[in-house]
Amino acid sequence: MTSSAPTILAGTGIGQGVAIGVVARMSEPLPAPADSPSTHGQAEEAERARTSLGTVARELESRGQAAGGAARDVLEAQAMMAEDPMLSEAIDDALAAGKTAERAVFEAFASFRDQLAAMGGYLGERAADLDDVSQRVIADLRGVAAPGVPSPEHPFVLVARDLAPADTAMLDLGKVLGLVTSDGGPTSHTAILAREKSIVAVVGTADATQLADGTRVILDAASGTVIANPTEEQIADAERRIAERQAAAVAPVTPGALADGTAIPLLANLGSSAGAQAAADAGAEGVGLFRTEFLFLDAGGSAPTIEQQREHYVRLLQAFPGKKVVVRVLDAGADKPLAFLNDAHEENPALGLRGLRALRASEDILREQLTALAEADAQTQAELWVMAPMVSTVEETRYFVGVARECGIRTAGVMVEVPSAALMADRVLDAADFASIGTNDLTQYTLAADRMLGSVAALQDPWHPAVLRLVGEVGAAGAAAGKPVGICGEAAADPLLAVVLVGLGATSLSMSTPALTDVRASLLTYTLDEARRLAGIALAADGAAESRAAVAAAAQTLKEARS
Amino acid sequence: MAERTVRIGSSHGLHARPAKLFTQAASASGSKVTLAKGSGKPINAASILGVISLGVDHGDYVTLTADGDNADKVLDELVELLVTDHDE
Repeated sequence: MTSSAPTILAGTGIGQGVAIGVVARMSEPLPAPADSPSTHGQAEEAERARTSLGTVARELESRGQAAGGAARDVLEAQAMMAEDPMLSEAIDDALAAGKTAERAVFEAFASFRDQLAAMGGYLGERAADLDDVSQRVIADLRGVAAPGVPSPEHPFVLVARDLAPADTAMLDLGKVLGLVTSDGGPTSHTAILAREKSIVAVVGTADATQLADGTRVILDAASGTVIANPTEEQIADAERRIAERQAAAVAPVTPGALADGTAIPLLANLGSSAGAQAAADAGAEGVGLFRTEFLFLDAGGSAPTIEQQREHYVRLLQAFPGKKVVVRVLDAGADKPLAFLNDAHEENPALGLRGLRALRASEDILREQLTALAEADAQTQAELWVMAPMVSTVEETRYFVGVARECGIRTAGVMVEVPSAALMADRVLDAADFASIGTNDLTQYTLAADRMLGSVAALQDPWHPAVLRLVGEVGAAGAAAGKPVGICGEAAADPLLAVVLVGLGATSLSMSTPALTDVRASLLTYTLDEARRLAGIALAADGAAESRAAVAAAAQTLKEARS
Repeated sequence: MAERTVRIGSSHGLHARPAKLFTQAASASGSKVTLAKGSGKPINAASILGVISLGVDHGDYVTLTADGDNADKVLDELVELLVTDHDE
């Protein structure tokens, strides 16, 4: 980038952060070894290859030990790749054809990496792991340093094609202001690292390859953009946003509320009682979604006993005395199979015997779980609410609420994840004490796009006005009936979408613990009236992208009018 | 030779961490273990590259075979790994 005019590059932001810094690029990969015949002989080449493969494997293992956490698993997997038996056969074949160790290693890795890359999606992104091992082995054979992360004396924004796990483990995080990659999507290692360590990152920024060392850049994860050669004004704006975020992070945790004081309780999504204390510390005013699947998955081939369940629920409820805890009964089905509930193979598991449908077919399991929950409720001070997953009809709602009451549950509701339940929300809420909208499944079913399928991932966007209209139906029904409507999907963790959801009638928002701070700060900047206006703008859009853009623009205008 | 067919429980399929755990266990079992996806060609279960490149997704059916005296015991342990969701 030679010109000094500001240039905006688009990518996918991870999180909501802002960073300013100068670029340091990751060094380019080693050139492919020449395909010239070996002068050492096959036995010697085989020995050289084995030694280098072993050296690299041990090095990756020790880096894994040092890194710990998720990085350790990935580095150990890479170490296993270096000493893989199928790879070793491919190398031996190439050596038998008279190739050098460098070339044999290069070709063997390349054949596997091409297979992975051709498969695309998640596997395509794993091809980068394999490239990294290959480069390290070839560098060791040549006696040169492995290509890797720069280590300038000053803090920097790292720009790379994609980061391999071994690179991220080597990064001096104290000096890294942000990460920009040209390849790699939201499931790449760079993205995972950025989330885990709260580093500002913009991934999949195709034009990042143009960014030269020393270029000043602003990273804006919220909008997924990188500004190269920013103006003084843009820098001042970014500095102000960084300061605001720092202030928000250390601000006292207050209950969730809008600018006009309307209370919007902020709750945590939890998968086990282990995260309860961290959520309470981060200011969660309770639990909006407690998933119970793991209790059943961990119990092996059969359902856990009432006693085992009760013990766990007591531990959870004890962490939130006087606060609301919404427990979802077992949500098993073809995407989370439990042999004792549904062992049948289904062509369309998302549309099959799952959620409440599966529990109804094994009502004893449902009754045992509800009984354990009611017993735990009686022993603790939390306010226990219980809800059923995948409810499609009013009749199913009545069934669940009836069984829950028989088992001693005081507050029983349903999840709204199926469009039929959203469209019938007035009748559903007549039968239930509350509704909680699961935006991930609601989006999947509204747009007929499988959540697990990368090829239709673009349709899985809760900003779509079709999804928001359904949320609005439920919100209006809740307001008319005077019953709570919560949101417990990923959508609630998006600070701007959270405001729209409140404008559509959501009365509480539940999200993973790390999202609480940003959503709390965002809600505090809008009144209920403004949230409703933003919701109206979202509903009037043609599609998800238009909806997001129109609301972001209107929010900006509101902000400017205020300052 | 023992043989089992099971359905993958991990929500991200047999990639990354689940693939690593499975390959480590297959390798440590001492038996010669093979893995095939659907009716596909069996690969060496001790090869992480082979296992990953099968592209096994959540809900896919895979067939395991093992040789040796304790083949059944080895398969019991490996099946347990495959039906568990390591990503939750």
